[in-house]
Amino acid sequence: MPTTNKILASLLASLTLLSAASSGGEKQLSVYAPVATYTLPVLDRSGHEYVGLLELLEPLGRVSSSSTGPRWRIRYNAVDGEFLSGKTRCKIRGRDVDLPAPFLVENVRGFVPLASLGMLLPRFLGAAVNFRESGRRLLVGDVGIQPSFQLESGPPAHLSLNFSAPVNPTISTEPGRVRMVFKRDPVISPGSQSTSFANNVITQATFSENNGVAELDISANTPLIASFGNNGKTIVLMTAPTAVPNVGTPGAPAAGNAAPPSQAPGTPSTTGNGLAISRRPVAVVDPAHGGEERGAALTDTLAEKDVTLGFARLLRHELEVRGFSVLMLRDGDSTLTLDQRAGAANGSRAGVYISLHAVSQGNGARVYTALLPVEESSKGSFRAWTSAQANALATSKAVAAAIVGAMQKTKLSVRGYPASLRPLNNLLMPAVAVELAPGTNGVADLGSANYQQQAAAAIADGIVSVRDRLGVLP
Amino acid sequence: MIPRHLLLSVSTMLALVIGMGVYARHVRQQARELETTTEALPVAPPASGPTETVTLYVADDASGVLRAQSAKIPLPGGRQQRAEELLRALLRIYQQPGAAHPLSAAADIRSIYLIDPGAAVIDLNAAFADQHRSGILSEQLTVDSLVETLAVNVPGIHRVQLLVEGKTRETLAGHADLTEFFDVQTVSQALTGQ
Repeated sequence: MPTTNKILASLLASLTLLSAASSGGEKQLSVYAPVATYTLPVLDRSGHEYVGLLELLEPLGRVSSSSTGPRWRIRYNAVDGEFLSGKTRCKIRGRDVDLPAPFLVENVRGFVPLASLGMLLPRFLGAAVNFRESGRRLLVGDVGIQPSFQLESGPPAHLSLNFSAPVNPTISTEPGRVRMVFKRDPVISPGSQSTSFANNVITQATFSENNGVAELDISANTPLIASFGNNGKTIVLMTAPTAVPNVGTPGAPAAGNAAPPSQAPGTPSTTGNGLAISRRPVAVVDPAHGGEERGAALTDTLAEKDVTLGFARLLRHELEVRGFSVLMLRDGDSTLTLDQRAGAANGSRAGVYISLHAVSQGNGARVYTALLPVEESSKGSFRAWTSAQANALATSKAVAAAIVGAMQKTKLSVRGYPASLRPLNNLLMPAVAVELAPGTNGVADLGSANYQQQAAAAIADGIVSVRDRLGVLP
Repeated sequence: MIPRHLLLSVSTMLALVIGMGVYARHVRQQARELETTTEALPVAPPASGPTETVTLYVADDASGVLRAQSAKIPLPGGRQQRAEELLRALLRIYQQPGAAHPLSAAADIRSIYLIDPGAAVIDLNAAFADQHRSGILSEQLTVDSLVETLAVNVPGIHRVQLLVEGKTRETLAGHADLTEFFDVQTVSQALTGQ
C-alpha cells in the first residue's frame, strides 16, 4: 500500500529529524516535570531566545489559546494569561508582569523569552520551578536527581555514582574520560561543578549542563567499565580487565542492564575503549486513538485520545525510573492506523507492549490480552498477521496477571479479560491493553493526574515483576 | 353576443377542471390513508412456530460477564430464520429500559447468513454499531453475547463474523475488532476462563 508506506516513511523521517534535533545542532529546552519529560525547540529572534508557551504548558495540564489581532490569550487549567505581540508587559491571573524581551506571535503561536520562564511558569503552574537558563533545563517541582560519589581505591579502583532516583544516561568513552549524558533524567549538580578524587586512576568528576542535557564527565587514567545496579540508581565505574566482560544478557534482571537511549531500543552495545554496557528491556507504550480518531467521548469535553496520551506519558516516566527504555508510539495528537502501530511496535523488537485506553463506564481498570481470531496457517518463517500474537500469548497473560496483581495492591478495582482488540493480535511480543475506568470520584478521575499516576505506577510495578520473562526479540 | 359553440366549450372545460380537482383530492386522501396504514405495520412480523426454550447469553456491564438466561420464544423451522429470531429475542432484552447492557432501540439484526461448513455471518444494521457505547469491555460483551447465543442454540456453528449494513467494519464502536471471524471455541473458552 503506497499510502501507508508514505505515511510510515514520513513518520520515520519525522522521528529521525526529532532525534537529530535533540542530539545537537538545534537549540532546545528540556523540561522535567512529575507528569512528563520533554524537549522543545528554542528560537532565536532579535538576539533573544524564545520558546512556544502553549507547547511548553500543553504536556503539564489542560491548555488552550486564542488570538485576536495582536492580542494573544492562553488558559492553563483555570489560569488566564494575556499577551500583546511586540510588547513586554503581559497579564497573568489579572496581574501585570514584565517580560525581559517583547512577546512574539508567529503563525498564531505565542512565544515568550526563555529568560522569563523562571518568573512566568510559577504563576501559571502554582508550583516552584528550577530554571537553569544557561543549560536550557527546566525542572518543575521537586524532580531533581542529585548524584553523590563514593570512591574505593581498590584495587581495582572503582567509583560508585549514587543517584536519588533511577537514571538512564548515554555512556561513552573518550581517551582519559568517561562521559555520561543525561537527556531525559533531571540530574542536577552534585553540589560543586567539579569534584577531585585523591586517587591516581579515577581523578575527577565534572558536571555541566548545555542545550537541554546534563553531562557528567569522569576523568581516569585507564579504561573503565560501567555497570548499573540498585534498579538504575547506582552506576559503578571500575578499571577494565584485559578481556572485556559481557555484562548483559537478553532478559537479564534489572541489576546490570542499561542501554544508551540514542541507540535503537533493545540493541546491545559495547562502546570502544573498553566500556561494556548491557542492554535494558524496551517497553512500547501506545496511547490509543489520536488525531482525527477521538475514541470514546468520556464527557462532553473530554476525549479518550487526550486521556490516553496523558496516561501514557505518566506510564513512560514510571517505566523509565524502573529501568526500562520506552518507545511511545505517539507523543502528540497524531493519527496512526492500527497497522502502523503494530508495524512500529514489531519493528522496535521491544520486550513488552502496553496499549492504553479509557472509558467512562464502570470503575477501576481492566487489563486485556488478545482474543485471537480463527487462526490462519503460517507459511514458512512468515507468521499470519492476524495471529502473530499466538506465540507470545502465554507471556502476555502472565504480564496481564502481574498488572492485575499490582493494581489490586493499590486498591484499584481491576479485572483481566481477553478481547478482540487490535493491534494486540498483530504483535510479536507480549502485549496487553489497559483500559482506565473512573475511580471513586466518577468520570472526573479520568482527567486526574493523581489517579492516572496511581494506575501508571501499578502497571509499571506489574511489568517489573515479570521483567525476567520479557525477552528481546532476535 | 357570445357564440353558442364557445359557451358550450367553456362550460365543458370548466366542468372537466372541477371534476379533475375532485378526483385529485380523492386520490390524495387515499394515498394518505395508505401511508398511515404502512407506518403502523411492525418492522418485522412476529415469528410463527412452536415455542421453544432457548438459552440466551446476556451481557452484564457491571460485572463484566455473560449470564445464561432461559427464554421461551416462538422459533420458525428454518435454520436461518431460527438464528435471526434468537438474536432478535436477545436484542429485545438489551433494549428494555434499565437493561444491564443497554443497546439502542434502533439496533437490529438485518439478517444472518449460515454458510457451510460451520460459518455464520451476522449482518447488523447501522444503528446497532453507530449508537453502540464505545469501550473495550462493552463492545466485547456484545460480540461475545451474539456469538455465544448463536453457537449454543444453533448447532454446527464454529465461527462467526459480524458485518454492518452488509459490509466489513473495522470495529464495532472504536474497539472490538470486526474484521475477522470469531472462533466459537475460543470465545467460549475465554468466557469460561479456561
